[in-house]
Amino acid sequence: MFGITHFLFIAVLLFGVGVTGVLISRNIIVLLMSVELMLNAANLAIIAFSRALNVMDGHAFVFLVLTVAAAEAAVGLAMVITIFNNRRSINIDKYSLLKW
Amino acid sequence: MIDTTAASIDFSIIAPEIALLAAAFIILVSVYNKKMRNLAPVIATAGLLVSLLIAIEQMGNPKTGFFGMVTCDDFTVVFKILFVISSLLILMFGRRYFVSKNIDRPEFYALLCISTMGMMVMASTTDLVVIFLGLEIMSVPLYVMAGMDKRSLESNEAGIKYLIMGAFASGFLLMGIAFIFGSSGTTDLRRIAADFQFIGENYQLYFNAGAVLTLVGFAFKVAAVPFHSWVPDVYQGAPTPVTAFFSVGPKAAGFAALLRIFNFGFEDMEFISDIFWMLAVLTMTVGNILALRQGNIKRMLAYSSIAHAGYILVAFAVGGSAAMSAAVFYLFAYGLFNLGSFAIITQLEIRSGCKSELSELSGLSKAHPYLSAALTVFMLALAGFPPTVGFIGKFYLFTAAIDGGFIWLTIIGVLNSFISVYYYLRVVKVSFLEKFEGTFVPVKYTPAMMAVLLITLAGTLGLGIFPEKLLEISRAAIFAFL
Repeated sequence: MFGITHFLFIAVLLFGVGVTGVLISRNIIVLLMSVELMLNAANLAIIAFSRALNVMDGHAFVFLVLTVAAAEAAVGLAMVITIFNNRRSINIDKYSLLKW
Repeated sequence: MIDTTAASIDFSIIAPEIALLAAAFIILVSVYNKKMRNLAPVIATAGLLVSLLIAIEQMGNPKTGFFGMVTCDDFTVVFKILFVISSLLILMFGRRYFVSKNIDRPEFYALLCISTMGMMVMASTTDLVVIFLGLEIMSVPLYVMAGMDKRSLESNEAGIKYLIMGAFASGFLLMGIAFIFGSSGTTDLRRIAADFQFIGENYQLYFNAGAVLTLVGFAFKVAAVPFHSWVPDVYQGAPTPVTAFFSVGPKAAGFAALLRIFNFGFEDMEFISDIFWMLAVLTMTVGNILALRQGNIKRMLAYSSIAHAGYILVAFAVGGSAAMSAAVFYLFAYGLFNLGSFAIITQLEIRSGCKSELSELSGLSKAHPYLSAALTVFMLALAGFPPTVGFIGKFYLFTAAIDGGFIWLTIIGVLNSFISVYYYLRVVKVSFLEKFEGTFVPVKYTPAMMAVLLITLAGTLGLGIFPEKLLEISRAAIFAFL
């Protein structure tokens, strides 16, 4: 049967994919998606723990996190549109007026 | 001690937050009215002042409410006062800059209020869930504020970089909270602290992983090395008053949350002190060394703010009430002289075309003698010379470190202070000794700018000579939860 470690394994794996995506991707949209993946990996871990511990706190927390992630995505996409209007590019390598 | 069983929904606990939120909503609604649009700074100031008065009223009257989710002790109140004062100062000197750059939009003032409210939420809770929410309420407006100058490519870049790095850090923090929740069964730091030794062997690993991930998340927020790469870019690209805002409030809020989590919730963890030791040394050294070769003042102050975060992290490595109250004292002191220096840079940048390069300061003492005198005071304070409050802050910090037996950490810290003298005094040297070619455009001071400069100057020098009151306040803050 599936135990908590299986779910945690998936969560950590997804988190790793997200972190790798942020570190190596050059496209802002992919960067934003990777960040969302990290948040959702954490959500999965919270839900798994909540289920294993048999408490409801975690389930409620996940809804709060989803809201926060939506707010962040909204601001992020708005910024991508602004920057695209100015530059005609969403490649992060092109944004080097300020050195990373 | 605070009654932890309080389950009451008592709105007087969160009255300062409500005042700020009300101000923000009034501004957002009034955007649609031509006449009301210009009132936005006034409404924001009123909201901040009301919030400040209520916060002062809350002093010495610890309360817990909302099912243990919100705690308002003296620690909270002291930080609330710090946040509101820094926001008020930004509001006072920012307006003129935004008007001159043609980006004065009422939404900024609403975002400022909401962000300040988020910091307050972060400081006024012992629950990890609420800390996370407060952090996000604080950060999301900050991303927008960094990218506020929509036509400036630098500002665009600063906004998107801050957003991605901020969200990245939130991901780590959230994963950390998930593991802490999983291993201890609760997100309430009071219960974690009480049941700390009962965490089972099998869960110890999860708990440690959670603590480290949480620390990484906050290290991004307070700009500790090696998680500092976003700081110089964001500080340089964002509009200058916004940069000033970043360097004080959000940083103090991050440290407030770190204090609550690591010195109250997880105070029984042994290895965390070593991690803070390494973070402090790395942050101080890398910040100071990279600041040496910066030609842009905003970028230099960014590295200087990293270095100052390192000094404050020394207190975290040491632990205990003396070091912690020194950290609170240092946050206040740093806020004062840092806002002062940013106010001067803002004043200089109102001249069109100024990119805040160091060379643009040349001849400042001839054109603006008072301004360059004030700049000298702030630079001396940043470097930690007596009789400024910067010296007193460092003195308390390093005395606490020696008393705690951290001799090597103290030596590294003092050496770092010596390194930092070089680049702070270089600013003074350029403004006094180097000749300026061309004509200086005289800049008029607004009364608000004058007030900001006088307040920060008076604070920097006054608290340097009479630090007792502020020290008493920072002790009261720490004893609230120790």
